[in-house]
Amino acid sequence: MKALLDTYGALLLKAIGTHIVYSAISVAIGFMLGLALGILLSRVPRLSGVLFPVISIFQTIPGLVFIGLLFLWLGMVPAAVIAALSVYAMFPVLKNTYTGLLGVEKKYIEAAKGCGMSPAQSLFKVELPLALPSIMAGLRMAAIYTVSWAVLASMIGLGGLGDFVYQGTSSNNNTLILLGAVPAAVLAIGFGSLVDWLQKRITPRGMKKEVRR
Amino acid sequence: MIQFEHVNKSYGKNLILNDLNFTIPDGQFAVLIGPSGCGKTTTLKTINRLIEPDSGHIYIDGQDITKADKVQLRRHIGYVIQQIGLFPNMTVAENICVVPKLLNYDKERCDQIVQDMLKLVGMEAHRNKYPAELSGGQQQRIGVLRALAASPPIVLMDEPFGALDPQTREILQDEVKKLQQKLGKTVIFVTHDMDEALKLADIIIFMDGGVVAQMASPEEMLEHPATERIADFLGKHAPESKNEHLVERFMRTNVRAVKKNRGVMECAELMARYSVDTLLVKDETGHYLGTVSIGDIRKWGRDLSSIEPIVRQTARTVYVGEDARESFDYLLESSAPYVIVLNRDNTIAGIVTKTSVARSVAENLWREQQ
Repeated sequence: MKALLDTYGALLLKAIGTHIVYSAISVAIGFMLGLALGILLSRVPRLSGVLFPVISIFQTIPGLVFIGLLFLWLGMVPAAVIAALSVYAMFPVLKNTYTGLLGVEKKYIEAAKGCGMSPAQSLFKVELPLALPSIMAGLRMAAIYTVSWAVLASMIGLGGLGDFVYQGTSSNNNTLILLGAVPAAVLAIGFGSLVDWLQKRITPRGMKKEVRR
Repeated sequence: MIQFEHVNKSYGKNLILNDLNFTIPDGQFAVLIGPSGCGKTTTLKTINRLIEPDSGHIYIDGQDITKADKVQLRRHIGYVIQQIGLFPNMTVAENICVVPKLLNYDKERCDQIVQDMLKLVGMEAHRNKYPAELSGGQQQRIGVLRALAASPPIVLMDEPFGALDPQTREILQDEVKKLQQKLGKTVIFVTHDMDEALKLADIIIFMDGGVVAQMASPEEMLEHPATERIADFLGKHAPESKNEHLVERFMRTNVRAVKKNRGVMECAELMARYSVDTLLVKDETGHYLGTVSIGDIRKWGRDLSSIEPIVRQTARTVYVGEDARESFDYLLESSAPYVIVLNRDNTIAGIVTKTSVARSVAENLWREQQ
């Protein structure tokens, strides 16, 4: 074990760092894109009829192919990886934002309108806070997926934990595969817990399930 | 003051509001009631422009509300909905202060409002709770306070107590009525519950099929429901046991009355057409004067231009609200064909005939058999 760490320790740390940077940036971009698009689609239902089929087609393209295409287009730059991962991170956030906003009970929207809130005030003060649990669930999914998919970065020679996995598979070295796979799994769990913690922090007491008289 | 002028609204081919015209004076508790689909909620929602009429105008204190910005308009009209709709992500205090905050009141003023409002319903201790931590009745109290917080002169309530249990509902009705009187608000209140309407209303506006079927005080509506439908709605509230033997329950209202200056020939003609032998006579203002009979016309009519000189006051009269049994006894004992029923102002309400007696007897027999 010690020998292993001596040989790969520094490389592993660097790979984990790269992996985290790719994931974090992509999730952040994907989240913002997904949130913005989700809000837009929920406001203009006609658009969603056009956009959702396009999005679901996009979603069927394997990540591998997509990264490959971006590599051809952008070259061997981190931007290619981040662009691809962001798009995939966007999907669950977009979908959950949209369904979360549509799922806000009509009574709250009517009350907001009746109180004299403008559409924007109703969105930010009432609808988004009420859709928050759904949006956060989307973010959680996005975070976990992105950590796993970031393994693909090494496919186009851009590092991350995928390096270990690919080296391991090509040289039939199970230790190397595990050395990549285990930290990736732990990272995914870590990202997920981070989102959970965040959700707990920002959900008002009144909206937590445990709070009942 | 809220004025509706020729307000129309339809969804597709369905006419929901059909030329509404009415005025609600300031400080009144007005209750909109009627069967489902009668347009009462639609009417309410046109006042804060949650629904826009197809045509017609609504004025608040003389101002056409379509001229105002609707978001601003709603901030100056309180609104309470049946599903309560307190924002679950906000505390009680935050919920109460939604409208004051939209109006950019400063923090101290908002705090003061929260305190004053909670005091009104004795819920000071619940200031920092969330709606999910309150009972249904407490939630709707806060719902009412939210509507009152920015002290709007007008408050709209859309079946606000419909979802509450009967006991809580009664308590809240009392509280709302007290608040309305104390604060001098104009309240427009939608309900389908006649109990609630009679208890709360200064004016009841009964809607049916998109029109106002009757607009009256609760007492007046109880005494004189304008249509069958309203009478049905009043149902058990109509003072039945008291009403059961009142003379107006048995009278015919389609009676022929003529003015005293009518010509003799004309009256004879009318009698022939309706195949009756007497006509009721009234003066210009509709007050009852007496009767004119075909016998008198034949005897004296030749020399007269109008029937006035041969009007007799021999027919027995009773007033609306008197016991019918006296009239029945009289009809059965004498040979008189009818008893004339007068309103309190001496206008003609109808007549009671022997047929009426028969109907009453039949009714009683039928009820005994049941």
